[in-house]
Amino acid sequence: MLTPEQAILAAMAVPLGGALLIALARRIPNLRETITLVTAAILLTVVLSLLPLVLAGARPGLVLFSLLPGLDIAFQVEPLGMLFALIASGLWIVNSLYSIGYVRGNKEAHQTRFFVCFALAIAATMGIAFSGNLFTLFVFYEVLTLSTYPLVTHHGTDKARDGGRVYLGLLLSTSTLFLLPALVFIWFVAGTTDFTVGGILADKLKPSELAILLALCVFGISKAALMPFHRWLPAAMVAPTPVSALLHAVAVVKAGVFSVVKVIVYVFGIDTLATAGATQWLILVAGFTIIAASVVALSADNLKRRLAYSTISQLAYVTMAAALLAPLSMVGAVMHIAAHAVGKITLFFAAGSIYTAAHKTEVSQLDGIGRRMPWTMGAFAIATLSMIGLPPAAGFISKWYMVSGAMAGQHWLAVTVIVLSTLLNAGYFLPIVYRAFFVAPPADPHGHPHGEAPLPMVIALTATASATVLLFFFPDVPLALARQMINP
Amino acid sequence: MNLVPHLPALQVVVPLIAAPLTVLLRRRSVAFVVALLASWVALAISIALWLQVAHSGTITYAIGSWPAPWGIEYRVDRLNSFLLVLVSAIAALVLPYSRASIEAEVPPQQHYLFYTMFVLCLTGLLGIAITGDAFNVFVFLEISSLSAYVLIALGRDRRALFAAYQYLLMGSIGATFLVIGIGLLYLMTGTLNLADMGQRISNVQGTRPVLAALAFITVGVSLKLALFPLHQWLPNAYTFAPSAVSAFLAATATKVAVYVLLRFYFTVFGESAVFAKLPMEQMMLVLALAGMFAASTIAIFQTDLKRLFAYSSVAQIGYIILGLSFDSVSGLTASIVHLFNHGITKGAIYMLLGCVAVGMGGTSLARVQGLGKRMPLTSFGIVIGGLSLMGVPGTAGFISKWYLLLAALEKGQWWLVFLIVLSSLLAAAYVWRFVEAAYFREPRKDTADVAATPWLMSVPTAILVIAIVYFGLDTSFTIGTAADAATALMGGRR
Repeated sequence: MLTPEQAILAAMAVPLGGALLIALARRIPNLRETITLVTAAILLTVVLSLLPLVLAGARPGLVLFSLLPGLDIAFQVEPLGMLFALIASGLWIVNSLYSIGYVRGNKEAHQTRFFVCFALAIAATMGIAFSGNLFTLFVFYEVLTLSTYPLVTHHGTDKARDGGRVYLGLLLSTSTLFLLPALVFIWFVAGTTDFTVGGILADKLKPSELAILLALCVFGISKAALMPFHRWLPAAMVAPTPVSALLHAVAVVKAGVFSVVKVIVYVFGIDTLATAGATQWLILVAGFTIIAASVVALSADNLKRRLAYSTISQLAYVTMAAALLAPLSMVGAVMHIAAHAVGKITLFFAAGSIYTAAHKTEVSQLDGIGRRMPWTMGAFAIATLSMIGLPPAAGFISKWYMVSGAMAGQHWLAVTVIVLSTLLNAGYFLPIVYRAFFVAPPADPHGHPHGEAPLPMVIALTATASATVLLFFFPDVPLALARQMINP
Repeated sequence: MNLVPHLPALQVVVPLIAAPLTVLLRRRSVAFVVALLASWVALAISIALWLQVAHSGTITYAIGSWPAPWGIEYRVDRLNSFLLVLVSAIAALVLPYSRASIEAEVPPQQHYLFYTMFVLCLTGLLGIAITGDAFNVFVFLEISSLSAYVLIALGRDRRALFAAYQYLLMGSIGATFLVIGIGLLYLMTGTLNLADMGQRISNVQGTRPVLAALAFITVGVSLKLALFPLHQWLPNAYTFAPSAVSAFLAATATKVAVYVLLRFYFTVFGESAVFAKLPMEQMMLVLALAGMFAASTIAIFQTDLKRLFAYSSVAQIGYIILGLSFDSVSGLTASIVHLFNHGITKGAIYMLLGCVAVGMGGTSLARVQGLGKRMPLTSFGIVIGGLSLMGVPGTAGFISKWYLLLAALEKGQWWLVFLIVLSSLLAAAYVWRFVEAAYFREPRKDTADVAATPWLMSVPTAILVIAIVYFGLDTSFTIGTAADAATALMGGRR
């Protein structure tokens, strides 16, 4: 059995080793895919082995090495990182299954590169989840950007190149322009960047400086897709759908909001920020993002584009809930990271299986498709409930906590935003479900009959849809971790 | 006979003797072995010196037992031992590489001359770094420059002759300015020993000749180190020189010139109030920023990779000078560590480009299309080098950038912080020109049969690429030495 320290290192080493083996097995696709699945399974086991410890209150950690005096590559497992690692590694298994069906069903080129980069991205994600200080987080954040770039530009077309430019350009420039100066400044002021309960900036800066530094951090972490630095996410939709599913519904975007929450809780400190009132502007910006992105989603006909803007809006929920700084809304933010992950990955899976089976990409083409692909669209409908925040789906619980937190803190603006955006969510998701099941399919003499997508894909999306429901009935683990985060 | 006390002299003497030997022996394979041995022995000596200095402090060595300030003194401290390691390590890696590289680029009957000039250039650069005598600096500068002109002129393209000629003109002006400056200092202080000069200059501080000396030395050395806007010679020289020469010069020559500037500024002028009378810091700051932005922008629009990375060098020299202009320990640390980090990065990139030139028949962006498919490892190596130029964490470039940002923050200059990170985005833009050509374009038909890279080229190149990552993660050697050197220099400043 691994010691906790070994388990932390293994969480990064396993996908790295997997990437190497995948590259070596490039000539034998079946072996290569087996390696992917086995690696993912081992990773989940490793991450799960840490869960009981963290729930029991332990915070295992280690310093890998020191880059400069006082600037370490260090890891520590705390509740939030535990949850993030759990989500990412758990969904990697499902996603791998789905990817195998997808790349084969669509006869994608460069499949080995695809799986290698995927494993590398997961290794970087684990590094982010377990990072023990802001510097380590920054390093793995950049690694994640770079390792996902080949995935986004996978098709190698001009369109992919342009999408890749926006993706890399925006993510890299914001992290370099804002996050890096903020990081150096925090190190300069606090002499450390360690994630510490209660923050490391108490009594060190004026309220106005705190607000500016927070802005540098939040906009620097543009993986959280807060407007006006959200455009990389729709641009990244040129990627093959499994990439959009895992990276742009789970690993990359969740790394963004995860980092934002982590910075607010462990670098600035909830109390420090609350005393300084330094998050008022963030509530406004996040609230604006929620509404504006929903409005854009309402008018998008391309299914993946609509999902992308929905993601931007849902991510801003997490940022806003964290910015409210109320204990209940914090729990909501953490819960929403989990709830949105399983819900949105289901939606992307469905979009991908529609594309694979029927070669359709636009919402307006989906009339009656639910009759041909009942599993896919059934899962889609369940995930939609979660997005809107209706029971029996996980999204209901996180929204419940967010609204409670906002009400407790008498943030009526935030409450209004949540209510309004719920209506908008319903407005852009329910018509899809309605079309799929209740509108007769167009009489299309040229249409080739198609059924469901390949079996691995259907299994995958059924699994994540079930997880969305299960998380509603059994939200104990995420909730327990969230409570531990605010009351250590 | 115990050679250890004589290591400082041997550092220069070994390659100096190797030079005529290569001419006498004539056969190119023999000449190669002699040059190779000389460079490896030089590397061993420099490492020994570095260890000795790290362990027991500054070493002084009186040439021919003539005590300073009458005789020539060699003086090895933390700063120049660091530089000696850089120069000799690069030489030790480039030499084996050059064997296969010049095969394609230099006529066989001139090969022995290449090795002669290479070890002479090495002698000159090591000499500049190790000597404690101002006139000796000039002499070694001329040795390294003259041999560098010949090395550049050996390039296959006829434009190499013009490039060498241009460098010769600019370099000679630079050297003349330097010697005028040194002459003025000699007039005023009556000594040529640098340390002695630093002591005596306080008696004549602020006088017009000393100010003139400062101006002459600044301009002269700035020409050699290619400080914007005195960089005109550099892009042509790096573009048309044989690949091995580009790699060696890009990694060492400008770095040694920066060292000369540091030495004069901090050891000689350090104690005088010269800097109080002239806005040197502001001037250097403006030139550095102009170089960082102008040269990076020009680099984005280049169509040849060697030229693109040459402009990138001008921009990166801007970083080094920027660190110097802060006039603080962390600023100087950034400068000194970037000498090393940029040296290995640019050395690696030019060595990789040499491999590309051999494999693809050229380094223009049009020709390297699809390099990611044709030469995946080489292409990936250039990406790593590019990431280091951008200052991505995990590469050596990040360490330099971190200290530069820290120095700007210490001064409370937020606008500079943003300018520094902004300029690293320009680096991203020119690096991405390569990435998109290499990975998003189909390879050209006429590059279908890529020649395999000879192992003599690929192994030294790989070592240097790995070094980029290694020194991005383990900074005990680089930052450890640079911080000590910076503290010592600033001590002389007080």
